[in-house]
Amino acid sequence: MKTRLSNILQSYACLGAVSALFAVPPVLAQQTADQPAEASKPMPTLQPVPTTVPGRPDVPNAEVAKRLTNVAPHPFGLPEDQLPVPKLKVPKGFKIEVYASGIPNARSLRLGDKGTVFVSNRLLDKVYAIVEKNGKREVKVIASGMDRPNGLAFHKGTLYIAEGTRISKLENIEDNLDNPGKPVVIYSDFMNTQSHGWKFMGLGPDNMLYVNVGSPCNICEPPSGTGQLRRISLDGKTAEPVVRGVRNSVGFDWHPVTKELWFTDNGRDWLSEDLPEDELNRVTQHGQHFGFPYCHNGTFTDREVGWGRTCEEFEKPAALLGPHSAALGMRFYTGKMFPAQYRNAIFVARHGSWNRTKKIGGDIIVVHLNKDSTVKSQEPFLTGFLRDNAYIGRPVDVLVMKDGSLLVSDDHAGAVYRVTYGGDKVAKR
Amino acid sequence: MTHARARTGRDPRFVFPRLARSVATCVLVALPALAAGADALETRLATCLACHGEKGQSATPEVPSLGGQPAFYLTVQLLMFRDRLRVVELMNKMMAGFSDGDLQNMAKFIAQLPPPQPAGGSLDSDRMERGQTLAAQNRCNFCHQADYSGGQNVPRLAGQREDYLVKTLREYKYETRRGYDASMADVLYSVSDEQLPDLAYFLARFR
Repeated sequence: MKTRLSNILQSYACLGAVSALFAVPPVLAQQTADQPAEASKPMPTLQPVPTTVPGRPDVPNAEVAKRLTNVAPHPFGLPEDQLPVPKLKVPKGFKIEVYASGIPNARSLRLGDKGTVFVSNRLLDKVYAIVEKNGKREVKVIASGMDRPNGLAFHKGTLYIAEGTRISKLENIEDNLDNPGKPVVIYSDFMNTQSHGWKFMGLGPDNMLYVNVGSPCNICEPPSGTGQLRRISLDGKTAEPVVRGVRNSVGFDWHPVTKELWFTDNGRDWLSEDLPEDELNRVTQHGQHFGFPYCHNGTFTDREVGWGRTCEEFEKPAALLGPHSAALGMRFYTGKMFPAQYRNAIFVARHGSWNRTKKIGGDIIVVHLNKDSTVKSQEPFLTGFLRDNAYIGRPVDVLVMKDGSLLVSDDHAGAVYRVTYGGDKVAKR
Repeated sequence: MTHARARTGRDPRFVFPRLARSVATCVLVALPALAAGADALETRLATCLACHGEKGQSATPEVPSLGGQPAFYLTVQLLMFRDRLRVVELMNKMMAGFSDGDLQNMAKFIAQLPPPQPAGGSLDSDRMERGQTLAAQNRCNFCHQADYSGGQNVPRLAGQREDYLVKTLREYKYETRRGYDASMADVLYSVSDEQLPDLAYFLARFR
């Protein structure tokens, strides 16, 4: 009987992750093997593992499975002397340095009119302000006890904060950084979902707050009111969807010339190593649908919910940004410090994959556009966060400063970096 | 500044009178220790272990065994209690005022407690099989490892208290417990409520 059992197990060796399971509870295995086989079909007595539930992966072997676990950031952030800056690479003529450290889970970046840099949290509860005083930089907590306050927008002295289920505001914030008061809620019509429930937020050229309402799943028919970008008036009184068919966007910006909205979108997990890719999308009309959950990358329908649909029904992405690369924050470069080729190009922070055995991303890329707003090329800009298939930092958002330098947030190491070009700051190589 | 967190409260099962009673009992036992020397880490740890079990195995209904949990996971949970990211009033009170270093030291100590023993008694092989199939279908063994010992921010499940597992799975599914990230809410989206007890049964008895 033992031999027969081991034969059976061998025949299922390809289901490595699962055969480990079969092997462990001996009571179970023995009992299954003891069942008398029918004469007509003697083998196999062990059933192969049932097909996966929607949105869960096919069966790779146990060794492969180990490389597909999620990556959690440090809960406290790293001290400045342990930050990965010496290992980071920028193109010739650029320099990267620490702008601020000690900001655990540093996420979205926003600039106030008076030069304050605001930094948000996704996994923790705080919003920070970085201020410069007499040449010294200081980090202050301006809000705490918040529910995933990932989204930030700034308009005429007021900081807007998007939490999991509401948007609130802090007026005259830059004059009251030491005593900011309690945020006043202006809008709260959001479903409470942990899955993709955190928000990215930005101020549109129409002076409306734009916010992503993520699909609360890996892959599903998004419940009504989710899977969209929504715009909300500054008083919170009116709201409407502006883009549909979004899985989860954690970064968007408006083209400085055409004023069109561009956004990144994170593709579904557990389909394969190489598909789908994360997307860069360009919105040319109000209400456009970008395919989720039916069509990915504008080229193929979903294997679970795409039946009966065609990609022709949906908008196609402007560019593909790599499978599972977690393309998050993005900004058009409107500064003057960097060389002319970067003017109006898009910097995109790729947080880096977890749902891929060979990780990709963990960098800032730059996407160059043609005059007609089609994508011309994309290339790496800031790299080095990904070493030996593990992260020493993970970029989340980018921010163009008034002097044209570029800030980059890192939620893994808990820091903000600054990239500069030229002058006496040119790196000697 | 603290906001009351929005909770859907979609499922009435989250009121746990039994939990309240059992915790009240063990806290009464532990409270003198807490009052005697609130600042000493060892004293606080004694208080923790009065409910969670001195040898890593909890005998208190719906209170988890902590033995063999990864230090990173423990640190994060202690931090979430301290900063009220996870709202469990008793735990929030217990963790108030600790420094980041204290949390890490406590986590390091607790992580060295021996892993809990799997639940005993006679095995219902049908339930074991159903639970095992569910665990395989949903790929629990990817992040929690093939032996369900966990790692980094992913907790050990093998030998955990069955009642605590059922409670926790429901809390994640109905989004009344917040995770450090949203992984568990993602995974449980497609697992039905009726399946959760079998999953817990299997994991509590996994050896």
